[in-house]
Amino acid sequence: MWPGETVCILGRSGSGKSTFLRSLNFLEDPTDGVVEIDGVVVAADPFHKEGKERQARIQELRLRAGMVFQEFNLFPHLSVIENCVEAPVHVKGMDRKEAEVIAEKYLAKVGLSEKRDEYPSRLSGGQRQRVAIARALTMQPKVLLFDEPTSALDPTLVGEVLKVMADLAHEGRTMIVVTHEMDFAHEAADRVYYMDQGEFAEVGPPEQVIDAPKDPRTKEFLSRFRTLGSKK
Amino acid sequence: MEHDARALAQAVAADEARRASRWQLRFRLGWGVLIALLAGFVLVSLNVEIDFIARATPFILEGIWITLIVSASSITLATFLAAVGALGRLSSNAIVNAVASFYVSFFRGTPLILQLLVWYLALPQVGIILDPIFCAIGALGMNYGAYMTEIFRAGIQAVPLGQREAAAALGMSSRTAFLRIVAPQAFRIIVPAIGNDFVAMLKDSALASTVALQEIVWRARNVGQKEFKTLQTFIIAAMIYWALTILFSTFQNRIEKRLAAGDRNKESKG
Ligand SMILES: Nc1ncnc2c1ncn2[C@@H]1O[C@H](COP(=O)(O)OP(=O)(O)OP(=O)(O)O)[C@@H](O)[C@H]1O
Ligand SMILES: [Mg+2]
Repeated sequence: MWPGETVCILGRSGSGKSTFLRSLNFLEDPTDGVVEIDGVVVAADPFHKEGKERQARIQELRLRAGMVFQEFNLFPHLSVIENCVEAPVHVKGMDRKEAEVIAEKYLAKVGLSEKRDEYPSRLSGGQRQRVAIARALTMQPKVLLFDEPTSALDPTLVGEVLKVMADLAHEGRTMIVVTHEMDFAHEAADRVYYMDQGEFAEVGPPEQVIDAPKDPRTKEFLSRFRTLGSKK
Repeated sequence: MEHDARALAQAVAADEARRASRWQLRFRLGWGVLIALLAGFVLVSLNVEIDFIARATPFILEGIWITLIVSASSITLATFLAAVGALGRLSSNAIVNAVASFYVSFFRGTPLILQLLVWYLALPQVGIILDPIFCAIGALGMNYGAYMTEIFRAGIQAVPLGQREAAAALGMSSRTAFLRIVAPQAFRIIVPAIGNDFVAMLKDSALASTVALQEIVWRARNVGQKEFKTLQTFIIAAMIYWALTILFSTFQNRIEKRLAAGDRNKESKG
């Protein structure tokens, strides 16, 4: 993947999209393959032959990959700003003031500056997910990983999150997004991967994969989407 | 139409409130009758012994300090052991896990009174002679620590996996994730349980009367037996425990309410 690229991963439920994404930062332990982000290389180690040093490299890798979860996973005992600065301060050893300045910048970007001292439970789903994005950004990662970031949201709240993500894509962030939002993929992605049974069945620009799929599995998946979409 | 509906809703609400207050009244009346009956029984049996009671009560009351000191020390020891034990039970290290689960199994699987007697009567056999108060603290602390280990473990496990994953994805080591993210959330779940156990400990500390610790029950028995008046002294002891548990339960309810109020402002799922 090139810096600045936005890649969307489509595929039906159970096709392995989450598993793939989570293998990239080793939340899931892959049985094979190598992940390289910004010069940090970690290989699969299914038989646990490598020791502590690998764990340290995984942490290095994770610093370079911000992740946004379907279920937000904000820290409920911390306020919005504390959620954002927790890792910069306690992982990177950054000065708290300095971290807060960075966090405030990103909270402004996701449009939640005035919620800085609120606790997550007092926020709507869309706001929570935007905080989660700001939290990931405050770590200043090289790549952002999104796992169905709008699937747990009320339909009326999906738009505000997608807008933030589209802005990020347009300003040249490197992003990998697992999503069922075809319009977003069409508009924001440089490339689209269609995943089926743990494999990439089709790859290409959105105009090709979404508008004129070649692979029969992609065709079938998308046709179902069309019929569903047109009913709405 | 609309007006009627509102009037009806008000009438229903008023009726519900009336019924609730009537229930409260009967509930209190029930308590009042039972307390009067108990007081009557106490007075009938103690009435004639008023100067004995005047002599015995201060002596028994002094035991409160021992009871409180033993209970507070034991719950502190138990909390410490439970924290270590829970970490052990959750450890990926098989040996550490074995030690922790052995501790829990053994101390939960044998009677507390037997454990207490071991500290007091059996340890001297191998040359370890301890003051009764240390026997009581050691036995109660280790026994409660075993039960509380499981409570702490459940509290830690009740923190959703997503929290740990989010922490890991942010680059936190498992140690940092535990200290900064998991432990503070588990703490809110565990605190009420510690309070419950403290109240239970107040009463279980009475077992230490069997190892000659001069707490409330020991005093009630000794001063009562001399004059064959244990009925009086045990009733006094019972009243003291009852007052203590009511006092600490109210105190604990308050802490719990405050924690819950804090949660309402702060928490729900992330
Ligand atoms: N490449 C693979 N190798 C091994 N197992 C896989 C692979 N891909 C998927 N799986 C297995 O398939 C199951 C479902 O995968 P996953 O949860 O990633 O699907 P998903 O596409 O994210 O689905 P959803 O849209 O419901 O979130 C998992 O149990 C995972 O272990
Ligand atoms: Mg998934």
